[in-house]
Amino acid sequence: MATTTPTGTLAAPRSARATRSRGSSRTNMEMVGWLFMRLSGVLLIVLIFGHLFVNLMVGEGINRIDFAFVGGKWADPFWQFWDLAMLWLAMIHGTNGMRTIINDYAERDRTRLVLKALLYLAFFVTVVLGTLVIFTFEPCPIGAPAELLPSFCPAP
Amino acid sequence: MTALAETTETSTEAGAVPSFDVTLRIRRFDPDTGAEPRWEEFTVTAHGTDRVLDAMHKVKWEVDGSLTFRRSCAHGICGSDAMRINGRNRLACKTLLKDLDPSKPIVIEPIKGLPVIKDLVVDMEPFFASYREVMPFLITNGNAPTKERLQSPEDRARYDDTTKCILCAACTSSCPVFWTDGQYFGPAAIVNAHRFIFDSRDEGAAQRLEVLNDKEGVWRCRTTFNCSEACPRGIEVTKAIQEVKRAMITRAF
Repeated sequence: MATTTPTGTLAAPRSARATRSRGSSRTNMEMVGWLFMRLSGVLLIVLIFGHLFVNLMVGEGINRIDFAFVGGKWADPFWQFWDLAMLWLAMIHGTNGMRTIINDYAERDRTRLVLKALLYLAFFVTVVLGTLVIFTFEPCPIGAPAELLPSFCPAP
Repeated sequence: MTALAETTETSTEAGAVPSFDVTLRIRRFDPDTGAEPRWEEFTVTAHGTDRVLDAMHKVKWEVDGSLTFRRSCAHGICGSDAMRINGRNRLACKTLLKDLDPSKPIVIEPIKGLPVIKDLVVDMEPFFASYREVMPFLITNGNAPTKERLQSPEDRARYDDTTKCILCAACTSSCPVFWTDGQYFGPAAIVNAHRFIFDSRDEGAAQRLEVLNDKEGVWRCRTTFNCSEACPRGIEVTKAIQEVKRAMITRAF
């Protein structure tokens, strides 16, 4: 009466948990990371929706976005700081989230290492490039037609 | 089946509990043969008041004595018979067959994430190792009082929910983070730490919080609520874990 069907493989027995580093740990990186995700999440909501509102809805909205608009914004320290905060918070928030997912789902040490190396490389390149652009952006390139440039540029 | 014919007669009496045939589809593994785990189906007659455990008893006692599972009190207190029934962790002794749609086969597997020893019996040692690490006993300083350690009803109510744990491992073995590599402490250990951390008579809260502040401690919780859903005692496990996290943050800053 008992029907038998072979299926799958048995989950391999797992190694015992590695012994923990005992020692005074009032805080640690995992806690800081957890807390950072919550705080940066709240800040990012304000920053991103503020960014979207100012760029897409205020005044003529999306129709006014051109080189002059972006150049004008990045000539203002307020918007430089806003965009820099958005870049860094979003990148750290996203990278930490991806790191968590890799830790949760990649079981082999080698896979973890490779994925995390790629992740940190992507983080580094994006953050360095983005920061450079925000701070070294030239709103008045020489030889460009004046009608495309922000109003504060000296006449060529 | 021989057992089937006997029991159907009794159910025809007036006022008798209705009986029906139910198929159990059980995941079996025999370490002695070293064969791959396999599914086996047993059909037994059960009554409307029967639990999954009763049907499994019937299989073991009347059909196949080699079917192996743990059970002790059989009344939802000892926590021995947690298993994955129709894809959810439950106690076989608290799950009524009639609540599971007995017209379809009832799928029974060992709980996930712990090594299977035989059939539905898993090695609970990793689970209890985590439990021991949170020091689930009263820690006090100074001399013991000459009378009882008194506690107000309000202080008692603070951790009442987590005193209900029966260590069945239904929560820990439903946790996807625990499934990954088995390094995470797991909900059950945190629940039992919570029971002492928020006990006004206990003075070991700082030590326990330090243990749980580990890389594999409470911060690996992803609040998926699998544990709260799995708990056969109805403990709000995820809430308890969040309370431990909050205690850690208020302690750190």
